[in-house]
Amino acid sequence: MAKKVAFLQGNEAAAHGALYAGCRFFAGYPITPSTEVAEVLSAELPKVGGKFIQMEDEIGAMAALIGASLTGSKVLTSTSGPGLSLKQENIGYACITEVPAVIVNVMRGGPSTGMPTGPSQSDVMCAKWGTHGDHPAICLVPASVQELFEETVRAFNLAEKYRTPVMIMPDEIVAHMRERIVFPEPGEIEVVDRKGPSVPPEQYKPYDTSFGDVPPLAAFGSGYKFHVTGLNKMQDGFPTTKAEIVQAEEERQVRKVEANKADIMKWEEYLCDDADVIVVAFGSTSRSARFAVNEARKNGIKAGLFRLITFWPFPEERLLELSKKVKGFITPEMNLGMCTGVVKGCIEGNAPVLGIFRVDGEPINPDQILDKMKEVK
Amino acid sequence: MAGRYEIRFSGAGGQGLILAGVIMAEAASIYDGIQAVQSQSYGPEARGGASKSEVIISDETIDYPKVTQCDALLALTQEACDKYSHDLKEGGVLLIDSDLVLREPVGNFKVTKFNITNTAKNEIGREIVTNIVALGAMVALTGVVTKEAAEKAVLARVPEAFLELNKKAFHLGYDKAMAAKA
Repeated sequence: MAKKVAFLQGNEAAAHGALYAGCRFFAGYPITPSTEVAEVLSAELPKVGGKFIQMEDEIGAMAALIGASLTGSKVLTSTSGPGLSLKQENIGYACITEVPAVIVNVMRGGPSTGMPTGPSQSDVMCAKWGTHGDHPAICLVPASVQELFEETVRAFNLAEKYRTPVMIMPDEIVAHMRERIVFPEPGEIEVVDRKGPSVPPEQYKPYDTSFGDVPPLAAFGSGYKFHVTGLNKMQDGFPTTKAEIVQAEEERQVRKVEANKADIMKWEEYLCDDADVIVVAFGSTSRSARFAVNEARKNGIKAGLFRLITFWPFPEERLLELSKKVKGFITPEMNLGMCTGVVKGCIEGNAPVLGIFRVDGEPINPDQILDKMKEVK
Repeated sequence: MAGRYEIRFSGAGGQGLILAGVIMAEAASIYDGIQAVQSQSYGPEARGGASKSEVIISDETIDYPKVTQCDALLALTQEACDKYSHDLKEGGVLLIDSDLVLREPVGNFKVTKFNITNTAKNEIGREIVTNIVALGAMVALTGVVTKEAAEKAVLARVPEAFLELNKKAFHLGYDKAMAAKA
């Protein structure tokens, strides 16, 4: 049978990816340029027995998400710019209580209201450090409509597998761009459900590490009861200030992601094997970069593209390896140097890193990248 | 076709230019079976302000989703024409509304002009189909999608009650552009 194809906007693809992954709950507050995610789900969720709630604000939306996830539902919210800032308090709450949740954040100009309709890539640090305290961070940065669908499915899988919030951050261009998409058949892409308890309710502890770093999560309403708090907690969920427990639990929460980086990280290397200059880019900027790399190759410049698909965790080890054999890196990004700093931090000074930064609401075009390549000697 | 063909639909917010771009891209991608990407840029206003919708059509994979050197430009307002004609390539197609764009950009372009908005208003009877008149004209002038594919794409996008209205608008735009073609 011929597969279903459509010409969809990135945001619409994210909504359909969520449905494919089994999302049955959405709470949010509409905001440009992410509103279409909510729009599609407001129409589609009721048809599959799901719930859509437009909340009073983004803080409430994130709180509703945590509550709904604790009943066993797969949950999503979408937001942008100032909405992401508001969600941060409860994103931290989801981190420490280890509640799976997926947050689509479409990157627009900032800080504050910034440029609501302009593209940006300036929230990638907010994905890791936006909420206070040490905590695990997973952030996916797709570059096409098809990939936004597929990475949204993967965002749910990672959230469920590691009991943690996962962010998916298309820039405004990817989110509002329309392309042809081929819908995968059910079963074609893996869908992961969270691990439930294997012990009866009276023996259940919500943070029982005897099952590994990711404890099974029972659903409220299924006969299991447990305590949920934003305070540092013991295995039974009740608060503690005992130094050794707090230390161990904090480390375990971060380790859930750090020790499983190989499973989570994803990137694409294009013509990197013999490259003298490697462009490290993500989102729509990686599309300009690929165009520039192809042009450069036609002109005899050995250029390659390292395209980040996960921004967090960051593929530090692989870039360190590549840094030993290149003459330089180019890091185009629609912010003032966020990715550039991370690349510099992981390559131990082996090669120069030349940034191209744009925050004027215009995309970085291939010519800017081609010009910068000439500076790499 | 060989390589990228870059089209920009521009005018004021609320004129339906984003939809015109979407339909052009759907004609290419869904009905003609070639590659297409549509993107857009607009201000915070619900109506007014310069608005543009860009479509890249290619027989190869499309990387950069925006216009690099514009092959064909539609300008429905003077503001849009002033703002978005700077990267129209030499010999490129320029379609303008002859009632609303009085100062043409300087350059060696294939300029076609007719009263697009007034055609919709007076000859079809509904100003709201200005975008479809313009789309028909752009399909005629660029030749990068087939007329059949474009018509199918238009009809797949409009409500049942307005099929005839839009079909008429599309064909009138197509025919007027052919007649006015430079």
